Amino acid sequence: MASGVKPRVKAPKTASAGEVVTIKTLISHKMESGQRRDSDGNLIPRSIINRFTCDFNGTNALDVEMHGAISTNPYFEFDVTIPESGDLQFTWYDDDGSVYEDVKSVKV
Amino acid sequence: MGFSRRDTLALGAGAIALTALPLRVGAAGEDAIAAFTGGADVSEGGITLDAPEIAENGNTVPVGVSADGASAVMLLALGNPNPDVAVFNFGELAGSQTASTRIRLAGTQDVVAIAKMADGSFASATKNVKVTIGGCGG
Amino acid sequence: MNFKMLSVVSAVALAMPTLGAAGPDDDTLIINEEIEVVTKAEPAEHLDGALYEVISGWHFRNDDTQAIEMDDFDNPGMLGVENAMATWNTAEGSAGKSCADCHGDAAESMKGVKATYPKYDEKAGTVMTVQMKVNECRTERMGAEAWKYDAGPAIDMEAMIGSQSRGMQMNVAIDGPAKPFWEKGKEIYYTRYGQLELSCASCHEQNYGNMIRADHLSQGQTNGFPTYRLKNAKLNGAHSRFKGCIRDTRAETFSPGSDEFIALELYVASRGNGLGVETPSVRN
Repeated sequence: MASGVKPRVKAPKTASAGEVVTIKTLISHKMESGQRRDSDGNLIPRSIINRFTCDFNGTNALDVEMHGAISTNPYFEFDVTIPESGDLQFTWYDDDGSVYEDVKSVKV
Repeated sequence: MGFSRRDTLALGAGAIALTALPLRVGAAGEDAIAAFTGGADVSEGGITLDAPEIAENGNTVPVGVSADGASAVMLLALGNPNPDVAVFNFGELAGSQTASTRIRLAGTQDVVAIAKMADGSFASATKNVKVTIGGCGG
Repeated sequence: MNFKMLSVVSAVALAMPTLGAAGPDDDTLIINEEIEVVTKAEPAEHLDGALYEVISGWHFRNDDTQAIEMDDFDNPGMLGVENAMATWNTAEGSAGKSCADCHGDAAESMKGVKATYPKYDEKAGTVMTVQMKVNECRTERMGAEAWKYDAGPAIDMEAMIGSQSRGMQMNVAIDGPAKPFWEKGKEIYYTRYGQLELSCASCHEQNYGNMIRADHLSQGQTNGFPTYRLKNAKLNGAHSRFKGCIRDTRAETFSPGSDEFIALELYVASRGNGLGVETPSVRN
């Protein structure tokens, strides 16, 4: 697991049934693009988060395929419909196989 | 930085002029688009791409896409060594077909967003982003 | 309209926003819709008319960059602040003590620190920066190793401590025993270095608001340091920034943590007296 990776999510704690809420996510990650070279001229291998998903009670809201052009500390802002009380599940998938998760409960 | 009405009008004229220019897409960009669209025709409009005219630093450029009724939006940076940036797949509970993020641009170039609509059609928007090369590497 | 004419129209149109960028803007900085920050202030008397107005670097950035600083969630500099908050509460070193064991809640005990640093320290008999004070605690009270100047953990800690003073106005003391250090810093500020023969003042006093190639020159204020730069996507210390500037003049630079940079930090901070603390700010 890449060191110091920590997800952050900003989501409302309450919503009315069917309300569209705005979510922001930020995860600390260097997102080594695979394009850079070290001081000896060798290519530094790619090491990024390649996928991010957001589900609510098991139903998908957003599924992002990510490449090396996403900046360090990947940030996303998007909208989710909240049909009922439940959990927003956030998952980040790292090139090295690590999976980072966060959950935010929303009460209707 | 505030834009005056005159700046805004001028920018609009610039945008119109730019969209009239033929889109230059490198081979890698073409491949990525073909893989996404399956070779289908792509029309202009129906999708909004928000990106700055001038990015203060190419390493962190805020961009947003919005395409009502899209099932997915692909974002490409045609001037990057690898043009792929991201594909946003909108699920059943997407509150809107909008998303924003921060991306890396290797230099001044066209950023392209292509939306896959629910009816299987494709729509695109292109924006030229100037990436400044600073005087101070600091 | 032929192709050539179209190119001319777009080239002219695209040049407009660049022209529009001259000078600082008039936006208002409110962080988290809560903390109002003074970003333009009356120059302190000791500036002796060198600046008409003291202006935060925030005003020299574009709207997108400005917006990232206006919300803690959007500001990736806060990741460093969070890291340091965890360090604050973690015991380290032979004494088995954490920062919190002596200083309690940083939100209380560290409030106002950034606004008055660098500061003359009686016991040490010299001007000390926040990082030096932290290392004094680490080596003398915690029995831990000193952090390297401007290295990751040191910058995170400085940013966390600085963030507790957000919105408070910079007010470093330059009189009494601090005076000779301040004088030394002032001398460095006005000394032309390197093959390009540029002083700090060449860019940040005489040419702020102008473009140096594609960079919009600010006054080089430190009220937002450590600052998160879009360029390298991490928190950057004032001394590292000084080093970058001097290097760009094609000179041999001083090192972060050197007596020269400590004096310069005090002097530059004093030029910003009156500006609100923005730490961790966001810049290009």
